[in-house]
Amino acid sequence: MVSLTINGEKHDLDIPDEMPLLWAIRDVVGLTGTKFGCGVAQCGCCTVHLDDAAVRSCVTPVSAAVGKSITTIEALGTAEQPHALQQAWIAEEVPQCGYCQSGQLMAISGLLKTNPHPTDADLASSITNICRCGTYGRIRKAVAQATGGGQPS
Amino acid sequence: MTTINRGDFVRLGSMFAGSLVLGVGASGCANQSHGAPAGSVSPETAGFKPNAWLIVHPDEKVTIFVNKSEMGQGVATGMPTIVADELDIPMANVIMQFAPAAAAYVDPGFHLQITGGSTSTASMWMPLRTAGASARAMLVAAAAKQWGVDPSTLSTKDGTVIDAKNNRTASYGSLVTAAASIPAPAKPTLKTPDQFTLIGKVNKRIDTPLKVNGTAKYGIDVRVPGMKFASVLYPPVFGAKVTSFDATKAKQVKGVIDVVQIPSGIAVVADNSWAAFQGKVALTVQYDNGPFANQSTETLKTRYLELARTGAGAIPALSRGSKSVSGKRLEATYFGNLAAHAAMEPMNATASVTHDGVEIWAPTQVQTLAQASAAKIAGVPVNKVQIHTTYLGGGFGRRLYTDFTNDAVWVSKAIKAPVQVIWQREDDTQHDWYKPMGANSVSGVLDDRGNLVAMQHTVVMDSIYQGLGFPLPPSGLDSVSMDSVVNSQYGIPNFHAYYINPKSGVPPGSLRAPGANWNNFVMESFIDELAHAAGKDPLEFRLALLQKYPHSANVLRTVAKNASWGSPAAGTKQGIAFGFWNGTAAATVAEVSMNGNTPRVHRAFVVADVGRAVNPTIVRQQLEGATNYGLSMALASIITIKNGAVQQHNFYDYLVMRIDQAPEVHADIIESGGSPTGIGEIATVTIAPAVANAVFAINGKRARVLPFTQAYG
Repeated sequence: MVSLTINGEKHDLDIPDEMPLLWAIRDVVGLTGTKFGCGVAQCGCCTVHLDDAAVRSCVTPVSAAVGKSITTIEALGTAEQPHALQQAWIAEEVPQCGYCQSGQLMAISGLLKTNPHPTDADLASSITNICRCGTYGRIRKAVAQATGGGQPS
Repeated sequence: MTTINRGDFVRLGSMFAGSLVLGVGASGCANQSHGAPAGSVSPETAGFKPNAWLIVHPDEKVTIFVNKSEMGQGVATGMPTIVADELDIPMANVIMQFAPAAAAYVDPGFHLQITGGSTSTASMWMPLRTAGASARAMLVAAAAKQWGVDPSTLSTKDGTVIDAKNNRTASYGSLVTAAASIPAPAKPTLKTPDQFTLIGKVNKRIDTPLKVNGTAKYGIDVRVPGMKFASVLYPPVFGAKVTSFDATKAKQVKGVIDVVQIPSGIAVVADNSWAAFQGKVALTVQYDNGPFANQSTETLKTRYLELARTGAGAIPALSRGSKSVSGKRLEATYFGNLAAHAAMEPMNATASVTHDGVEIWAPTQVQTLAQASAAKIAGVPVNKVQIHTTYLGGGFGRRLYTDFTNDAVWVSKAIKAPVQVIWQREDDTQHDWYKPMGANSVSGVLDDRGNLVAMQHTVVMDSIYQGLGFPLPPSGLDSVSMDSVVNSQYGIPNFHAYYINPKSGVPPGSLRAPGANWNNFVMESFIDELAHAAGKDPLEFRLALLQKYPHSANVLRTVAKNASWGSPAAGTKQGIAFGFWNGTAAATVAEVSMNGNTPRVHRAFVVADVGRAVNPTIVRQQLEGATNYGLSMALASIITIKNGAVQQHNFYDYLVMRIDQAPEVHADIIESGGSPTGIGEIATVTIAPAVANAVFAINGKRARVLPFTQAYG
């Protein structure tokens, strides 16, 4: 039995210790906002937060998440109070197909915890999530809008 | 305006005409059982249903059915916008619902329910406007009847019929019962463009909020009660067959329920996706690899180049003017490698095969074909196959094929339970329908004033059209594989083009601007070669060839102005390219520097004439996204073959653009009036040659091969 705390809710799951967190979240718990893209930590579609750190859940065994607070896209913000990045994503109309955007938002919101005002260069060096629709320019604009454009406020 | 490929699709559509008249009742299908909503909200079917496209509900909401697949290109917003404008309701009242597979929803041009060729908005423009206007007229007539006045004295606004003379109003919701008995007008009056309230003015997408909080449902997110998860081990070599397999160890994996053979490979069925993946690793399979096992990229390339050189088996595709024109002659051979679609959502589909028929939930671009194929597999009539289209996590043409929906139907049929078949990224990379290899032999002749007076262009490329499952005309000519050559707008007085179908054995695919995404690279690079040989400015050289197409010339002039053509930013050089695809002209100027052997694109300026933009933001998104898609493919995306199998696996060896390589894209729209034209693909075809032409301006190196990693070494 593996005990996971996802978005503040405790789940006791009969799954192997080595099952990647992604599949526990998607196929066992049933939260489908976190996406599968590559399975090898390349594309970032599966990004979630473990405590404050953005991690690739497709290569994170559930055993590594025990005792930590797991946050998925479903709890990044609320309907009443969306995360600043979610608001900016809507204002800048970032998504096209949208499939990678859960991971983009979780990766960049994770970055903001250590770097609240990332520049475009910071995004280039820190964010490796793949978007095949090519929304990168709008992601830059939305991050700038949400965080003050790389300038400390 | 309509291109040859469109006509071909019309012909192929007739093959399916028998199945199209069947199809399931729209109202029944809209009612989604099994808790797998295809649209953004749970369906509501009560109300006034004047036609297949909309239902006006008593609560003033209006369900609008979208017969095209939303893969990022914006149809889920654009199509309801068109209906809502003619109906005269605000966007806030719209409930978007993906249409079921049914005869009412086939594309009027393709005669199939299909999303492709950047045709959705152009082909549905009039049917959707007519549907909205017809419903509006019926609601007005219902109010007029209630009030005993002439309908012509009434007006509408924001979902309300207004009798200004008598100072009274009736909401559409209050008229749903009365409107049901009103006959549909034979020819409803459409708005004039100056009366549009939403078209050209709406700049938000209705799916954006769902795509930033994880609630948009893609194929992979479908959950049906009692469903299993499965993944298929496919033979690595194209054309190979399974001869035997041992599933003993696979069945010992925790979570694995069953292992079944299906025509495409060995399916491991489990209670979660990961267990199914583990089960695949534990399988032992023997294959009969067949003749393709001897092939590699090198053997194929050698053969393609030989065909391009000799012209063996060439089919005349375009014959204009003389074949023997004297002057300054240039010749070149170009070679394009295979590339994969690599949509972010791996192929997947969910199916439930029962005695009653088949239900499929899938991110498909081709509902009619998926339905017909499922009916054949399950042995049921076509009208017993329901298709629920989900959001698509990227399409780019990959989901025009029925391989992934077929897998789900086969497995569900075998295990007698609902199942989601999910491809691993490695399966997606190694079992794509690829952008075909291309070997093009081109020559051009300049007269003594440097005018381009003759061109010969031979294309060696597998038939994309056949890859889609459609028969070629008796001549064997595939005009899709010849796109951007046979339909070039350049006024070259003597122009001869030939097609050679090498039938390589690699599955040939329709990938964003198929045919054109390679051929236009050749055309625009070679035009640049000719311009330099003529000692002319590449922009002026092109403008001289576009005198019969003033809209296209305007696109080029506009992009040159936007990019300050001739005055690149410090440390960069510019390259320019033009393209015309399925009714839309576009041009790109790229500002480039070299980082070692890698082109670095700082800014890309792109302009397209879309006739009329329904949603300008979505049009810009498509120009930006197609630019990045085309650039990504040109920079480093390559699929190679060894011993008959694809050598790449995942994003660590099939390289695509990340944010660090993404240029600033400045997209600009020209609306020359009339109807909207396609926008989802055109910018894919202009970025790569614009970059290559800029690199030539930097270092004199001419890229005659893609991707650039192969050209600049």
